[in-house]
Amino acid sequence: MSASLQKGINALKEVIDAPVASYLNSCVHCGLCAEACLFHLETDDPKYTPIHKLEPLRRVYEQEYTLLGRLKKMVGLSKPVTDDELEEWKELVYDSCTMCGRCSMVCPVGNDIVYMVRKLREGMAVSGHAPEGIQGAVKRTVEIGGPMGLKWPAVANVIKKAEAATGETINVDKPGVDYLVLLSSMEIVNYPEYLEALVKIFKKAGISFTLASDAFEATNAGMQIGASDLAKLIVSRIINSAEKLGVKYVLSPECGHAYMAIRWEGPNLIGRPYKFEVRHVLEVLDELRQKGVLKMKDKFKEPLILHDPCQIVRRGGVLEAPEPLVQTVAENYIPIVDKQKWNWCCGGGGGASAIHTEEAEALRAKAFRIKKRQIEENGVNTMVTFCANCRIVIEEGFDHYGMNTQLLGLTELLAEHLED
Amino acid sequence: MNEMQFLTWVRGPGLDIAIGIFLLGVLWRLIEIYSLGRKVDVAPGRHRDGASGLHTVFRRSVPPPGMVKRSPVTYIGGYVFHIGLAIIVFLFEPHIILIRDLTGLSWPGLPSQVIDLVSVITLGAMLVVLADRIKKPVKRYLSTFEDWFTWTLTFLPVLTGWMAVQHLLLPYTTMLALHILSVELLLIVLPFTKLFHAFTVFGSRWYLGKINGHRGVPV
Repeated sequence: MSASLQKGINALKEVIDAPVASYLNSCVHCGLCAEACLFHLETDDPKYTPIHKLEPLRRVYEQEYTLLGRLKKMVGLSKPVTDDELEEWKELVYDSCTMCGRCSMVCPVGNDIVYMVRKLREGMAVSGHAPEGIQGAVKRTVEIGGPMGLKWPAVANVIKKAEAATGETINVDKPGVDYLVLLSSMEIVNYPEYLEALVKIFKKAGISFTLASDAFEATNAGMQIGASDLAKLIVSRIINSAEKLGVKYVLSPECGHAYMAIRWEGPNLIGRPYKFEVRHVLEVLDELRQKGVLKMKDKFKEPLILHDPCQIVRRGGVLEAPEPLVQTVAENYIPIVDKQKWNWCCGGGGGASAIHTEEAEALRAKAFRIKKRQIEENGVNTMVTFCANCRIVIEEGFDHYGMNTQLLGLTELLAEHLED
Repeated sequence: MNEMQFLTWVRGPGLDIAIGIFLLGVLWRLIEIYSLGRKVDVAPGRHRDGASGLHTVFRRSVPPPGMVKRSPVTYIGGYVFHIGLAIIVFLFEPHIILIRDLTGLSWPGLPSQVIDLVSVITLGAMLVVLADRIKKPVKRYLSTFEDWFTWTLTFLPVLTGWMAVQHLLLPYTTMLALHILSVELLLIVLPFTKLFHAFTVFGSRWYLGKINGHRGVPV
């Protein structure tokens, strides 16, 4: 057994807990999770059945933590997990799983399948069986600061532009303000309007905020690849900076997995609660809406549907804010059938969008057909969402299928129609 | 060993051995699973967790929106045979008498004709879910020896019990002895196979509800 494989198996042994054991003993192979997985539904390939993606984890559990499994292992009756197998599973654990968690919503025995995928990734990452694309993103985040290799000057540039567009001064490294605002690399590069929108809205609401030159990146590739030690290192930058600045809140940007990493995994990674509160930008906006601060001068007229990002809504628990916010700004909002916690993933979450092999991209395009159908069935040309990664993936999907649908970011849409 | 001796054995030492293995097995497996524990989630919850675990234990008994349409045989067949098994096991008079003799607890049962009908329906539903397992690519792909084996071990007690009552194929005594033997096999195997979901399903749903309820998502 290679040293890296041994490390991987040790990592799996470490993450197996009572919920995992209970789940793996409860599965009756009914296959219903396959009916909730967009990768299975759009390919009809049974290998994409969510519970099947956990096979290496199941065997390590059986061989290490059950009496019968240990006996079988002793007499050589069990099949050990090998490097070749994990290499084969790479596609199942990363390319074809966005950790969207829809399978966990339908399992009749109550298995939290995505909870286990997250754990299996710990073993995959340590044993060197994570996709190159995500490995690169992790390396850049650890060494440079963000998954796209952006440094502070790029952020400073976005700040300068936002200042010019709004006529406001944006604080940097200022202690004692209400919010530390984080961005995701995607927002810095592709959607710099997000920061402008925030400046406008926060000014109206009288909220003070700062950006931090040592902690601007909200995303956490360490969590996506499944390396808790690196995830901890990355999230600690934010924690240290926020606690040093003494802010009351850290504002998680629209980006989905960033919210998951900072709000829910972060405290568990460092082993204690924070001295500040983490809020998703939509939670804050919805609170402002309820207070009557978020008044619109006019509304967006075209009919539109909403794409609820998995990590913010189904997995993150920001359930109630998005819809009323959309209704505030859109005159013709059409609720779709599978909305809120039942929404279908864009196909590129959980790090999948960083995998650029031909196979992964082709698979992503296939999985996107589920979003395409939602748009077509509702007869709209506009979709609104609130996750920078979803936006990139969805726009790639539009390009792939030559659709002339427009995709809008919710925060920017609100800012655009905000009363002056 | 004649058929009377066979019956006496399965009713006496056989049953004792089977129940012994079953009880010790269940206890051992529950300890093996739940003593692994889990780390406390130190991220402050969205709301207080409250009874989110218990809610999910009940909520997951109801199919999620749109799912029955996607997999009707799994849901309808599954409901029918689970409810059927529960009725047969707990509401057939001779079973209640056995339970009374073992534990002192008893309750009213259903008329024998009703149990007959329920047995036929349960056997039918089990055959349908078996056909579905053979036919559906996902189910066939997931299936291992254990799936076919446990299906057989669940089917046999219902089949032999029904045949004994109906006096089919073999003399009543022999069929009854076979029925009890098949139940004993089921009891012995249950703690060590996927049939153990009969116990872990509650823990699994509870954890799922608790973990997601902490983040404010009712599942």
